[in-house]
Amino acid sequence: MTLARHTGAALLVAVVLLILTVRLSPFRDFQIAEVAAYATAIAGLTYLIGLSGQVSIGHGAFMAIGAYIAAVIGLHQHWPLELIFLASTVAAAVAGGIVGVAAARLRGPYLAGATLMLAVALPSLANRYAGLLGGDQGLSFSVTTPAFLGVTFPPTRWLAWIACIGALITLVLLANLGRSRIGRSWRALRDNEIAAALSGLNVARLQILAFVISSACAGLGGALLAAVSAIVSPGAFTLTLSIGLITGAILGGLGSLAGAVWGAVVLVFVPTYVQDVATSHGLSSAASSNVPIAAYGVVLIAVMLLFPTGIQGGLRRLLGPVAPAASTPFNALRRRGPASEHQEEGTT
Amino acid sequence: MKRTHRANLALTAGTAIVAMVIAACGSSATSTPGASSSPSSGSSSAAALTASAPGITPTQILIGSHQPLTGVAAPGYSEIAPASKAYFDYVNSRGGIYGRKIVYKYLNDVYNPTNTSNVVHQLVLQDGVYAIFNGLGTPTHLAVAQYLNSQKVPDVFIASGCECWNAPAKWPDSFGWQLDYVREGKILGNYVKQHFKGKKIGYFYQDDEFGQDGVKGLNYEIPKSQVVAKESYNPANVNVGPQVAALKAAGAQVVVSFSVPAFTALLQLTSLKLQFKPQLVVSDVGSDPTTLGGLLAAFGKNKKLSALTQGIITDGYLPSLGDASNSWIALFKKVHDQYIPKLPFDGNVAYGLAVGYTFVQAMLKAGRNPTRQDLINAIQAGLPQGPSVAPYAYSATDHNGITGAYMAVIKNGALVPKGPVLVTDTSPTGAITPDTATQPAAPASGVPSP
Repeated sequence: MTLARHTGAALLVAVVLLILTVRLSPFRDFQIAEVAAYATAIAGLTYLIGLSGQVSIGHGAFMAIGAYIAAVIGLHQHWPLELIFLASTVAAAVAGGIVGVAAARLRGPYLAGATLMLAVALPSLANRYAGLLGGDQGLSFSVTTPAFLGVTFPPTRWLAWIACIGALITLVLLANLGRSRIGRSWRALRDNEIAAALSGLNVARLQILAFVISSACAGLGGALLAAVSAIVSPGAFTLTLSIGLITGAILGGLGSLAGAVWGAVVLVFVPTYVQDVATSHGLSSAASSNVPIAAYGVVLIAVMLLFPTGIQGGLRRLLGPVAPAASTPFNALRRRGPASEHQEEGTT
Repeated sequence: MKRTHRANLALTAGTAIVAMVIAACGSSATSTPGASSSPSSGSSSAAALTASAPGITPTQILIGSHQPLTGVAAPGYSEIAPASKAYFDYVNSRGGIYGRKIVYKYLNDVYNPTNTSNVVHQLVLQDGVYAIFNGLGTPTHLAVAQYLNSQKVPDVFIASGCECWNAPAKWPDSFGWQLDYVREGKILGNYVKQHFKGKKIGYFYQDDEFGQDGVKGLNYEIPKSQVVAKESYNPANVNVGPQVAALKAAGAQVVVSFSVPAFTALLQLTSLKLQFKPQLVVSDVGSDPTTLGGLLAAFGKNKKLSALTQGIITDGYLPSLGDASNSWIALFKKVHDQYIPKLPFDGNVAYGLAVGYTFVQAMLKAGRNPTRQDLINAIQAGLPQGPSVAPYAYSATDHNGITGAYMAVIKNGALVPKGPVLVTDTSPTGAITPDTATQPAAPASGVPSP
């Protein structure tokens, strides 16, 4: 029942996206593709943090795994694209499982520290194994537009389609998962681990599962991002990316899939938009190149002050009286603000 | 942005919303083409000037670039694009290129290839630039070279000495500019071979295309038996203690360094700490005295440390900044003082001005109403020697830029040339010969003649 509703909604969104990508300019298509890639990764992370209550500051590392797997396979094998993306997802999931086993033993700042280390250390593997992974300059991963679309078909539209399909499948699966027994169990252990354990839930297994699923999403997001930017290199998977993912998840609204998309939109559009505004107002390059970073911070502060539950939470509050709560499946996914979670971590 | 909002609305309120959504996206679609609409030709004042290519209108030439304006690569390198822009402003104030003004839009990619891809797509698709000019960095530019060539966007005078840009069959629209690292390695290696006979040589190099190409060139010249240690560093790790200790343990008397300025400074400061005093031979990329001196003082927290640049052997492919009598340096100083007086007058600024000059040369040769291919053809037909001390290599089969440099030693914060300009090729056995022709002087107007 839920599956049917989510799939139906996804198909609707797919039709809207199809119309958008055809009608908008090639650069907007490129940005839509970027948003879709980031949304895929953030969606997994927002579940990990918002639903299962585990923090990861290292999800950029799983994106790197997905991206590098895609590039290495793309370079040496002639696999179909969907198979390459599947391999990326699986590889990142396996890595997530390994990290998850360790993560399930760690709490709060220790978990954050461990995942932080992952984000810092993993990309340098590319330099360690430069022969296979291309070192600092990375590997190229180009997606060719299929011939049946014709030579005049904009390549960025094809990228947007690929990325949006990947994102939509991920979002549908996650939406169902969130409404399932597993989703409810995650919420239970997020709210109170001891109570959840007393109710018969296997806390460690659920936490590892959350890590596996969110890493799989990050892996797919990384592979999609590699396809969009046509290159995979360590410089693309810095700590800044991992922090950006968390920022996106929090800005959008922790635990909310729609919020994940909002977060991705902010990550992609705000810097570009602000730089355009800054340069068009004749600011010196030293100033205008730093303005996007500052604006990003201002947006972050403003959203947190105005909508402590993220953009999606704020929207829901504004639209609340119009839309009955029962008809918004995402509403159920998110009940508590991030602040209360931090308090919990502190007191246990 | 509307998309997500819509995604949620669709979930909430169902199909009734869709009609509204489609209506809304119709309106946003109508607004976008306006941003990139090509101007109509036939303005009465400039009848002969047409909108001959994307980015070219009867009044302007729009070009774009990706540059590290913030982040790790920004110190020094962030001066290059403003310097090029200053030269374009100078040319614009003297009538521009056949009456068109050059508009140079450079965007910050923070030296991150994903951002590079993003900003270059923006420049090509949204802003509709005529060409990408002087995109900075090897890993960053590799992210977009294939894309630019597939879109037939001229990708000219890339700010990286990677020999990879010289691939006319694979990337017909890409051109290098600065002395490539293989040639530079050969010229430095040749000097070391002649002047440090029998001495123990150590290498210190960045572990990527930049350092590896340089080492390739060095190996072509320096006898294997003399090289006692080859130590590489990763730019993400600022601790070079182990490498310097290994060089010291091997007893290296001369250290040849293919490093960026920050790592030349780290090499020197770490050597000082370990009381290791080899003769340094540093590639042009990592030896700009102003940048290096500033970094030494900043890292060592002592202003006197900037004197460590004294005595470094290096090479230069642009005239020495200390040579005030040189017509090119005089021109650079004039443009600098008029347009970018707040920036230091250093090697990065000279680089930006010089590469800007080369672009103007190429555009003038491309003709009054150039297509994109006209610019490619103009460069492939060869460009006359400009601000560089050696000629360009450009031809239909060679997309490398400057072919030679002079050896120099740093004295009191400036390069003092030692010996003639040396030119060579990128082959293992190609001879290194003095360039007997004297460098043509800068035009009095400061603008190349068509």
